[in-house]
Amino acid sequence: MSMKVATRQVDGVTILDLSGRITLGEGSVTLRDSVRDVLAKGSRKILLNLADVSYIDSSGVGELVSAFTSVKNAGGELKLLNLTKKVNDLLQITKLYTVFDIWDNEASAVSAF
Amino acid sequence: MRVSLTFKAYPSKLPSLPQLSTESAAAAKVTRLPDSTTSRTSLTLASSLESVNTVEKTTEEFAVRAGFDEDTVPNIVMAVREAAINAVFHGNAYDPAKRFTASFEANSDALVIRIADQGPGLDPTTLPDPLAPENILRGSGRGIFLIRAFMDEVHFRQLHPGTELTLIKHRAPAQPAA
Repeated sequence: MSMKVATRQVDGVTILDLSGRITLGEGSVTLRDSVRDVLAKGSRKILLNLADVSYIDSSGVGELVSAFTSVKNAGGELKLLNLTKKVNDLLQITKLYTVFDIWDNEASAVSAF
Repeated sequence: MRVSLTFKAYPSKLPSLPQLSTESAAAAKVTRLPDSTTSRTSLTLASSLESVNTVEKTTEEFAVRAGFDEDTVPNIVMAVREAAINAVFHGNAYDPAKRFTASFEANSDALVIRIADQGPGLDPTTLPDPLAPENILRGSGRGIFLIRAFMDEVHFRQLHPGTELTLIKHRAPAQPAA
């Protein structure tokens, strides 16, 4: 049920590989803490890889939005990579698809920063 | 306290549900009517995230058993999970003295799920539109919106105290014979 996060660097971009569920409670908190952590370490180009995120609820959607605004307020950029169909549908329904910069190719996403 | 959900032995070709167990304080009651066209389950649960997960799992099992397809079941599950979160988080505010109930009914026309809390009540007309430009970047406020997006009908009823949400998903109309 819980979410896991692995962090790596590619050409100056911090990529967070998320896996599991981003839901109210543990998943949302893990995402918030992870983004806060990489911001504190100086990262300003952050790419969230959602390829292995199986499920996001409204709290998780809210946490993605909060991460986006946190990074933006810190003078950085946050982009999304590899959305599953369900997550893609969720962002379409909530009209957040136009808010986020969304990519399905990691090299292209990294180059876009 | 352990909770087990079992369907009564009944002359049907449907497989019995797998046993569902949880450590949350809850009581489960299952009734299967003899005509096999309607089935019901109800749960009374503690105001906890663990209970939300119990409701989510039960919803998935119930919807699959009721015959909804693999594209529809996740949407039903998400809507019910959001309703359960509202009951626990916004309604009962994690108050250990308060319970919420989840009841499930599948009949020949639809799946009907009711989630009721013991909170102060919810007026759905006061909810901000999460799609409005001034709200689009808010970190919360999308739960009821998603419930409405994924279900065919959503009804609110004030219980004094509490709120009951009724979520209805109709069965897809049968395809006409070629």
